[in-house]
Amino acid sequence: MLNYIKLIVLGVVALFALIAANYARDVAYMVNALTIFLLAAGLFLWTLRNTDEPVPARVRELSYMDDVVRAGVIATAFWGVIGFAVGVFIATQLAFPALNFEWAQGLANFGRLRPLHTSAVIFAFGGNALICTSFYVVQRTSATRLWGGNLAWWVFWGYQLFIVLAATGYLLGATQSKEYAEPEWYVDWLLTVVWVAYLLVFVGTIIKRKEPHIYVANWFYLSFIITVAMLHIFNNLSIPVSIWGSKSVQLFSGVQDAMTQWWYGHNAVGFFLTAGFLGMMYYFVPKQAERPVFSYKLSIVHFWALIFLYIWAGPHHLHYTALPDWASTLGMVFSIILWMPSWGGMINGLMTLSGAWDKLRTDPIMRMLVISIGFYGMSTFEGPMMSIRAVNSLSHYTDWTIGHVHSGALGWNGMITFGALYFLTPKLWNRERLYSLSLVSWHFWLATIGIVLYAASMWVTGIMEGLMWREVDANGFLVNSFADTVSAKFPMYVVRALGGLLYISGAIIMCYNLWMTVKRAPAIEAEAATAHATPAE
Amino acid sequence: MDTYSALRHFADSWGLLLMFLFFLGMVIWIFRPGSKRTHDDAASIPLRNDTAPAAARVPEAPAQK
Repeated sequence: MLNYIKLIVLGVVALFALIAANYARDVAYMVNALTIFLLAAGLFLWTLRNTDEPVPARVRELSYMDDVVRAGVIATAFWGVIGFAVGVFIATQLAFPALNFEWAQGLANFGRLRPLHTSAVIFAFGGNALICTSFYVVQRTSATRLWGGNLAWWVFWGYQLFIVLAATGYLLGATQSKEYAEPEWYVDWLLTVVWVAYLLVFVGTIIKRKEPHIYVANWFYLSFIITVAMLHIFNNLSIPVSIWGSKSVQLFSGVQDAMTQWWYGHNAVGFFLTAGFLGMMYYFVPKQAERPVFSYKLSIVHFWALIFLYIWAGPHHLHYTALPDWASTLGMVFSIILWMPSWGGMINGLMTLSGAWDKLRTDPIMRMLVISIGFYGMSTFEGPMMSIRAVNSLSHYTDWTIGHVHSGALGWNGMITFGALYFLTPKLWNRERLYSLSLVSWHFWLATIGIVLYAASMWVTGIMEGLMWREVDANGFLVNSFADTVSAKFPMYVVRALGGLLYISGAIIMCYNLWMTVKRAPAIEAEAATAHATPAE
Repeated sequence: MDTYSALRHFADSWGLLLMFLFFLGMVIWIFRPGSKRTHDDAASIPLRNDTAPAAARVPEAPAQK
């Protein structure tokens, strides 16, 4: 019966998408409509062929739902490499502008590729990492199977569809010009539906938990899901110009719009890239160290302090603008207070290793997790410092900001995700161990040296740029033109691209290692495997 | 009073006080005497139920022996 409803819905969606493609007012909208048509039509045929076939017995409640987590691990690694590759390419474009090919104007020039890079690494790589690890962690720490059955699969595939629609839209020029919130209205609507399903699956699982206590990692994940829903809705309040076109008009304007955007933008950092990934830290670091977290009390204080403080920090992105002084001071003060919970969390993560520091010598996965916490501490020191108005007058609009973002994203988010993927793959595919630990070491060093090259070159070029912009001669005239700073930055841009190249090399080695782990690493002994409720596929 | 001023007034008076008291209450609550056992138990949650849900483990355990 359910299949007949599915067929009707898919048929209507396919028909509507074709009509939309026909009436489309711009190319991006047409391509997105055709994508949805192909998907809906394909699913229609697939459902049709399976209708009235015998249904396999229902899955028992006795096992964890790990197939969706496995898909998430693959998607994370895949989008990671894509996002890093686009990043390396646009870094090279900045150093060598000739790479903005004439034949690819309006498709593959820096302006079109840059949002593709940021969204691919933050939302595709980071988002998939968060979704799949949260599904893994919430099941283990609640000691129950995911709630909602196939709803988790809708979350997974719906999210991939969101990524594909957003990415193709960017290349063809559909953007609402809000940083990290570029997707246009219909893609935003899709994400809202997917995100509500995600919240339902996560909360449903927590509600039917067998543990009396909700483990702290789930608090962080839950705060990430709820806050991102709130941010996403408020920053995307816009009215489509036409339902047949991608263009929409924002509800807010002027400084209100700017403030909403950076309230969103900074909390995308605070809740997407920090709270969610702290959920990963609070699970994978204790697991890999095989000991409970250093202080559970500290983790609770960490959680509430972070939640209460982060939400106010956004105005530091708008120093010296039309934003009222009191608002930018408020943002600055809260950013500085954030030092405390951030470092409290870092200490909690690092001290989990107390008594097991020897693991750093023998276990490259542990090393990866620890350096990610190190980078977390470093970038949460740098961030508040840069939010101070006097420092910001030097750093803002320069490459220092880009360096800061990347030491956080590559160091903290990237490294902890790699650690989690190395942890998860043998478990999910029922392997005794990873294919090669020395390849993990290679990955570790390539990535670390890559980040150091990236961050160091951006510090140099950022501070140089800031100083050149404010340099005045004896008569009070500016000494340098903008183009002077651009040409002065060239060597640092080459070093930055090189750092990115090292980083993506490490990620490709990881993909090879994970692939070989599934293909070649010895399976867990048959006797032990029967103890697992989920056998290997 | 217009909406902006009313909200602004609430945010830096009662709202601020409520959030501060909540935070203070949370800190006092987690440091209450006798909370150590609860927290030790909660901290060790990731170290159990690794391969199967809690309900599934009980009937499986005797089958192995």
